[in-house]
Amino acid sequence: MIRVQGISKSFLVAKRPSGIRHAVKSLFHREYTTVEALQDISFSIAPGEIVGYIGPNGAGKSTTIKVMSGILVPDRGTCSIMGYTPWLDRVPYVQNIGVVFGQRSQLWWDVPVMDSFELLRDIYKIPPAAYRDTLTLLIDTLDLKDIIHTPVRQLSLGQRMRCEIAASLLHSPSILFLDEPTIGLDAVSKIAVRHFIKTINKEKGVTVILTTHDMNDIEALADRILLIGKGSLLYDGSVQGLRSQFGTRRTITAEYRENAHPLQIPGATLLSWTPDRAILSVDTEQIMMSEAITQLSSQVELLDVTIDTQPIEDIIVQMYKEYQL
Amino acid sequence: MMKPYISVFKLRISNGLQYRAAALAGIGTQFFFGFMFIMIFEAFYAHTSGTPPMTLAEVITYTWLKQAFLAFIVLWFRDDELFQLITSGNIAYELCRPSGIYGLWYVKLLAQRLASAMLRCFPILILVIFLPEPYGLQLPTDFTSFLLFLATLFVGLLMIVSLSMLIYISVFITMSPAGSLLLFSVFGDFFAGLVIPVPLMPNWMQQIVYVLPFHWTADFPFRVFTGNLSKTEALTGLCIQSIWLVGLIAVGKFAMDRALRRIVVQGG
Repeated sequence: MIRVQGISKSFLVAKRPSGIRHAVKSLFHREYTTVEALQDISFSIAPGEIVGYIGPNGAGKSTTIKVMSGILVPDRGTCSIMGYTPWLDRVPYVQNIGVVFGQRSQLWWDVPVMDSFELLRDIYKIPPAAYRDTLTLLIDTLDLKDIIHTPVRQLSLGQRMRCEIAASLLHSPSILFLDEPTIGLDAVSKIAVRHFIKTINKEKGVTVILTTHDMNDIEALADRILLIGKGSLLYDGSVQGLRSQFGTRRTITAEYRENAHPLQIPGATLLSWTPDRAILSVDTEQIMMSEAITQLSSQVELLDVTIDTQPIEDIIVQMYKEYQL
Repeated sequence: MMKPYISVFKLRISNGLQYRAAALAGIGTQFFFGFMFIMIFEAFYAHTSGTPPMTLAEVITYTWLKQAFLAFIVLWFRDDELFQLITSGNIAYELCRPSGIYGLWYVKLLAQRLASAMLRCFPILILVIFLPEPYGLQLPTDFTSFLLFLATLFVGLLMIVSLSMLIYISVFITMSPAGSLLLFSVFGDFFAGLVIPVPLMPNWMQQIVYVLPFHWTADFPFRVFTGNLSKTEALTGLCIQSIWLVGLIAVGKFAMDRALRRIVVQGG
């Protein structure tokens, strides 16, 4: 469905040190540096996938989304989405995609949300019956009934974001690009948005590509993640794969009847110890979990054990470190 | 085919009609400047030696038309939203729509001018018809001239929108609307005859003015109204206006396509 091959894009950025002297100097001579926003990015995405696109700020996530949605023209490389090259066949192509830029607004600021929706209906030439059905579905699932007649400027961020997402889906696109859809949202709105993305993916088979900094979004939604850093693609695979590759550590918290001797388990490091409680970090590549538990129960009389996997946030931080991003 | 454009047009008009207080203030300002212009011309005409190329009555009518249809003819009438779209990067959304940007923006600008003019022109026109001699507006001698005036004013309006599209396109490159706006509006408005009617300019300057497109947007329709130009002149002028219009739109579309190809979406 989506095939991206060797996409590169660079930007020219004017540079000058601060201060009046340099400002005057730059009137006559400007210095530019080239920033390689994307370098030779390739991947392909099958219909119905939800793909999380992650990376630190400035890694090139948004640029990739903009190239894929036909807004930016890359310097090199090819991209074929549903048979179209986005930047060449822009007008026929965009009929098939929906885009949400979490930091921008597509709704008309001074008029009720409904007016913007109707304008989009006419721009996308949506047949009346299809429009009615989609709109009902969107109003129900995103809970828009009470806010649809309010001017956009009077909506809260969470309300607005739900409307933005609805606006991007009115024309029933088969691909949805979400550029930080949960930015600045509270927990309730985030969950509502996630739930909705999951629903349209399941029920309508919409392919979703989302960028985010919230790893909970990724864990809740994405089957697959693409990690990009400094313009290059660093990881392409499942969340589980990421865990098994980078997140091999587990934390065991054990409570037991008083025991004077500190625990000793090969392959595990003791993070903290008191006579009745210990926290261990276990590297599952060195010792099997079952083995660690057996060792533990042989040394103390266990009362309670909890095992925590490493939070995905930490794994990502570890990856960023490893790749020096 | 036309539906998206019509909806943008309608939404923009209904949006524009909200600003009643601004319209009221605008009407006041336009009356003030109208009287000021007329008094200056009156003073000049009182001391003129030869026969001027326009009668005082024609100049007064010309001035009132200019004040009434200001939203149709000035280049500084602008849509800050479009400028913001470009400089803040929100243009990203416009580019995700299955329609040409040029067309959508064109109707947006057109609707905005129409909405503004609808609120202002009628009160001004009605009042100035009843002003005492010599300050009043003189109606055209026959109905055909009036129809010709409407036609030329309308094509002139389309021309001014395509001219102002060039200002918006230039912002893609300069990233600041101030320069283009100032340049276009100072020169454009002067060459359109908004400061002094073109027939009152010295000959050498008239020759420059007639080569440029600006006078077709204001000076020409107003002189059709006052009868300063004959009906045949009006008809040939209408043809030239249309040729200019087609040319300006073609240039604008070409420039827009070029600008979009090398666009940078600002702000991440």
